[in-house]
Amino acid sequence: MSVYEVPQGRLKTPFYDRMRAVDTINSWHEWKGYTTPDELYCGETEYFALRNSTGVFDISPMTKYRITGPDALDYLDRLVTRDMRKIKPGRVAYAVWCDDRGQVIDDGTIFHLKEGDYRLCSQERHMAWLTAAAIGFDVSIVDETHDVAGLAVQGPTTWSILNNMGLEGLEELKPFGLTHFDFEGTELMVSRTGFTGDLGYELWLAPEKAEALWDALFDAGKDYSMRAIGVHALELARIEAGYLAAYVDFLPSHATVRTGHTRSPLELGLGWLVDFKKPNFNGRRALAEEKRNGSTWRLVKLDIEGNKIADSAYIFGDSRAKKKSIGFITSAAWSPVCKQNVAIGTVRTPHGEVGSNVWVEVYYQREMHWNRAMAKATVVDKPFWFPPRRGATPPEPF
Amino acid sequence: MTDKFDAIVVGGGHNGLVCSALLARSGKQVLLLEANEQVGGAAVTREFADGYSVSACAHLLYNLQPSVTKDLKLSPALASENMTTVALDVDGEHVRIRGNSVLGAKEGDAETYKAFHKRMTRFADLLNTYFNKTPPRLTKNFKDLLTLGQLGFDVRRLGKTEMEAFLRLIGMNIHDEVVERFDCPVLKGAVSLDAVLGTHLGPRSPNTIMTYLYRLAGDHGRVASPMGGMGSVSEELARVARDEGVTIRTGKPVKRIIVENGRVTGVEAEDGERFDSLTVVSNADPKRTMMTLVGARHMETGFTRRMHHMRARGNAAKLHLALDGLPDIPGMDKNEYGERIVIAPTEDYVERAFNPAKYGESSPDPVFEITFPSFRDESLAPTGKHVLSAVVQYAPYELKGGWTDEARQEFESAAIRVLEEYMPDITQRITASELLTPADIEREFHITGGHWHHCELTLDQFLFTRPVYGAAQYRMPVDGLYLCGAGAHPGGGVSGAAGRNAARAILSREKAA
Repeated sequence: MSVYEVPQGRLKTPFYDRMRAVDTINSWHEWKGYTTPDELYCGETEYFALRNSTGVFDISPMTKYRITGPDALDYLDRLVTRDMRKIKPGRVAYAVWCDDRGQVIDDGTIFHLKEGDYRLCSQERHMAWLTAAAIGFDVSIVDETHDVAGLAVQGPTTWSILNNMGLEGLEELKPFGLTHFDFEGTELMVSRTGFTGDLGYELWLAPEKAEALWDALFDAGKDYSMRAIGVHALELARIEAGYLAAYVDFLPSHATVRTGHTRSPLELGLGWLVDFKKPNFNGRRALAEEKRNGSTWRLVKLDIEGNKIADSAYIFGDSRAKKKSIGFITSAAWSPVCKQNVAIGTVRTPHGEVGSNVWVEVYYQREMHWNRAMAKATVVDKPFWFPPRRGATPPEPF
Repeated sequence: MTDKFDAIVVGGGHNGLVCSALLARSGKQVLLLEANEQVGGAAVTREFADGYSVSACAHLLYNLQPSVTKDLKLSPALASENMTTVALDVDGEHVRIRGNSVLGAKEGDAETYKAFHKRMTRFADLLNTYFNKTPPRLTKNFKDLLTLGQLGFDVRRLGKTEMEAFLRLIGMNIHDEVVERFDCPVLKGAVSLDAVLGTHLGPRSPNTIMTYLYRLAGDHGRVASPMGGMGSVSEELARVARDEGVTIRTGKPVKRIIVENGRVTGVEAEDGERFDSLTVVSNADPKRTMMTLVGARHMETGFTRRMHHMRARGNAAKLHLALDGLPDIPGMDKNEYGERIVIAPTEDYVERAFNPAKYGESSPDPVFEITFPSFRDESLAPTGKHVLSAVVQYAPYELKGGWTDEARQEFESAAIRVLEEYMPDITQRITASELLTPADIEREFHITGGHWHHCELTLDQFLFTRPVYGAAQYRMPVDGLYLCGAGAHPGGGVSGAAGRNAARAILSREKAA
């Protein structure tokens, strides 16, 4: 007698069985319909594998749209705020897209696979918006989320491991570059991208070859203490890298009801992604007006005194919190690699200039009892974790 | 050759003419480009059979705004004014409606109609005040807030009972109202028809009281027939425009509105000729203007989506018959041929006529608004002969299978069969005929969807959100581009309000800049 497995509940990614095999604690959560691990053995061990050797994270649930057609470039150029004409084939662009009010819908990466052939990756699903944006353009948009398996391979030893695996010539790939390899008769796309602010690559291929890729990768890295990692380790790494997470550091405008709770790219420190030289893109008129009149909010990266994590803390302009708060923390962590108490937050302008000080009201618990501390914080410019090896080409071998 | 103008008006419909004349009056060099050989857009008179002429699309004046006639000193010669509506009954028990009086309806209906008409005209007057203004936006702009406050105040000033009635009725359907009030089926049918003429709505569709008010807003529902057909109104407007110094070029279809770096810089004609101007005013319908002439890549996605989804599916056909004499209409007086005649025997008949249109089929038993323009205007037909001009509903723009010759024949036959019930000898009288379906109206008058109002008259496409949210103040989200046609506030009909309001919006914007 056999029991059919009905596809219900969370979906399993092509790497699910491999992750399950190394999983010892069974802590998973949902990510856009798929099940994804919080941790597989120990979040801290996974984090240190990621920062000191290589961490492998399954990004198959990532939303992926294939965008092709004669107007693909014009279409994307209007969709996102940055100049897509500068993104040549073989390059990847981090981009942000806005609604007509200049408020961020989501951020993501656009892979220029071949001339006029693009893949857009994001955390959220966007078919409705992408379809609306296609009115008047000769372009095809295909959701290939379930048809492409993805693996983020991140950390200082990644190049050596991938080189061991037989990916020759990878050392020439610059950050935000992409290239193609043959993997057991299937096309394997490798991009030098990631969400950890370190040297790292993302591997993309057909789901049928996912397990073979996993096996080859771990076989090539068996001497490197590499580990599969869960979201906890990745989350810590992305805060150190100063990357934004949707629903955490900003709310996608399509999911926001209250006015003033969304953010523009200028308010998220992404002004460098907004190219006003382009005659038209979604949100241009509103953003130009915001630029003229000034923004309401400013995203800040904070280096906070002490070691108490400032989760969800209010930010004040003075130490005694006498006046109204000027903002709040959206992401916070103790960074083991930087030995810093770090956070990402949002404050009202004109507060939060780089180099200025603000005060963070930290609540922490000691044996059930709550305590409150006002910690001084400095607004910093650069990501907390920004090692030279991140951009080194060729990468240092191990 | 490139000429530099202060403003270019695309399309010489009556609104385009009004707008260009007013712009020219304030000292602007204005160029008006019209695709057809004749200005007037859907307000033209043309020959449809040897010796027979007719108002090709719009055939009755019911809401030409006094503000427009006053501003431009217009005085169109009328063949008849304050026409009586004769609502035909198949047994000859016709009902006559004129102003607030009803003759021939059931007992009690005359009194009820008087009260109904009083309330409706009061509400219509309230709306009409705003037809001559740019609809306000919810911003901190003082003028907008003032207009908005005025609107709220005007509604409140109706008094508690009437304010409640207004707010209750504005979104309601006409069917429920006529059924509640009147007994006479023909009266119920005639009022229902007035609410849905020119729309893709049936009497049971929501907000058909609003469309009824729209009709009353101009001149309390009084209709007039211009001497020489509707084209004479356009010709007079063109004369005024020329006198004001507008350069009018006909037979010059515009291919695209040129947008450079987010602002208009001119237009390009189909033949490649370019005209430069930093202000372009489009009398074309909103969809054609934005989606075709400008193009989606010059707009943002949210706006494009709203424009794309804007509803404008015409459902009114125009039937022109050349007759060798007036048909016999039993029960109707000889001198009543000069009046407005409707065939809408019951409110349910009108709704049933609409039913097939919901599914992309034409009505087998259509409803009519009929005039015999030649009755009072001999210039339109050879001596002793006559023209029948009728709006026939419903003939959906998106007919299942398309408007093939068979489909057109089928609809025309259905129309004539219905006419025969009221005019037994009509078939023998016909010497030539012409049917204009919404598809023909689209082709001939360049109105997307062939809709009278360019954009359906529904509450979500009305006032502050006409034609769509973000485009309700004549100014489009492309610098220097304006709308001045029926698709803009307040809507269609030969009223001139949109053209006048647009001109004022353009001038006040320039003053502010």
